[in-house]
Amino acid sequence: MSAYDLAPELRQHEVALVDLLDRVLAGGVVIAGEITLSIADVDLVRISLRALIASVSSLVADGPTADGGAGP
Amino acid sequence: MTHTWLYAVAPAGPDPLPPDLPGGVADEGPRTVTADGLLAVVGSVPTPDFDSDTLQRHLGEPQWLERTARAHHRVVSALGGRALPVRYGTVYRDDDRVRALLTAHADGFRAALAGIADRTEWGVKAYQDRTDPDEGDEEDGAPEDRPGTAYLLRRRSARDRADRALADAAERARQVHRTLAGLADRSTEHPPQPPEATGVRDPMLLNGAYLVHRSRAAEFARAVTGLQRLHGPVLRVELTGPWPPYSFADLPIGPSGPSGGDAE
Repeated sequence: MSAYDLAPELRQHEVALVDLLDRVLAGGVVIAGEITLSIADVDLVRISLRALIASVSSLVADGPTADGGAGP
Repeated sequence: MTHTWLYAVAPAGPDPLPPDLPGGVADEGPRTVTADGLLAVVGSVPTPDFDSDTLQRHLGEPQWLERTARAHHRVVSALGGRALPVRYGTVYRDDDRVRALLTAHADGFRAALAGIADRTEWGVKAYQDRTDPDEGDEEDGAPEDRPGTAYLLRRRSARDRADRALADAAERARQVHRTLAGLADRSTEHPPQPPEATGVRDPMLLNGAYLVHRSRAAEFARAVTGLQRLHGPVLRVELTGPWPPYSFADLPIGPSGPSGGDAE
């Protein structure tokens, strides 16, 4: 576990949702579930992602967008 | 009535699962199903919320998606790096189907597990850093006589400068990726995240993932620090992780179900 020793400034405090979705929704072993979602295609993931950003306030809260057109 | 949500697959070794696994996507307590020397970490989720139609609908609900994606990630992360993450949204009717799956793909799972053993995933993102103070409007020096032409020339030259700066940053991002890929067992790139997703207006030029052996983790971290310094004013390089090996979890054989693949 000591292999994870990093300089303090490199430590990740909070997992950003966008990074998580890149991996949780687009990564992981794909095996046929009987009810598996057909979310394998990246486009749908991206659409979900954008929809997410539009309405999840937590993301907007820590984004440094001063005058960007991010969300309503 | 419940279905079985699949989180991860691990070797059914002598060491048990962490006793304090966090709650799963339906706040259920994750448990294990074993077959063929393999162990699946699963959760019982209520059928009405997790049949395919309902799941698809839930995907359009950001809060639901975030909550369950984070829960899936928490469970996978708690397994401590020896598990092969399974794609979010893989649901079976019952535990028997999961056992059948483990048996049907036993060799593939074992090969995939060997590929991630003692390795972890790191994410490295690079943005063009456009916070240069000189970019302000240079009003002085504009010729008085043909202000329109001067304005257009100034605009064009600014645009050319911006194009060159972006090309330079993009080339540096390629260098970052090549350097880090050289330290990794495997590497891949996710699509750059759009500004509306990151909350950062600067364009993302690299969204890389690197599978790094434990013995090289420190070296990898030092390399990232070095690259941050090297490309400092042009490129902003960010490290995320360690991650479970989401981006490198694949079976050597094609994806097909134990009950026959339902091509879709």
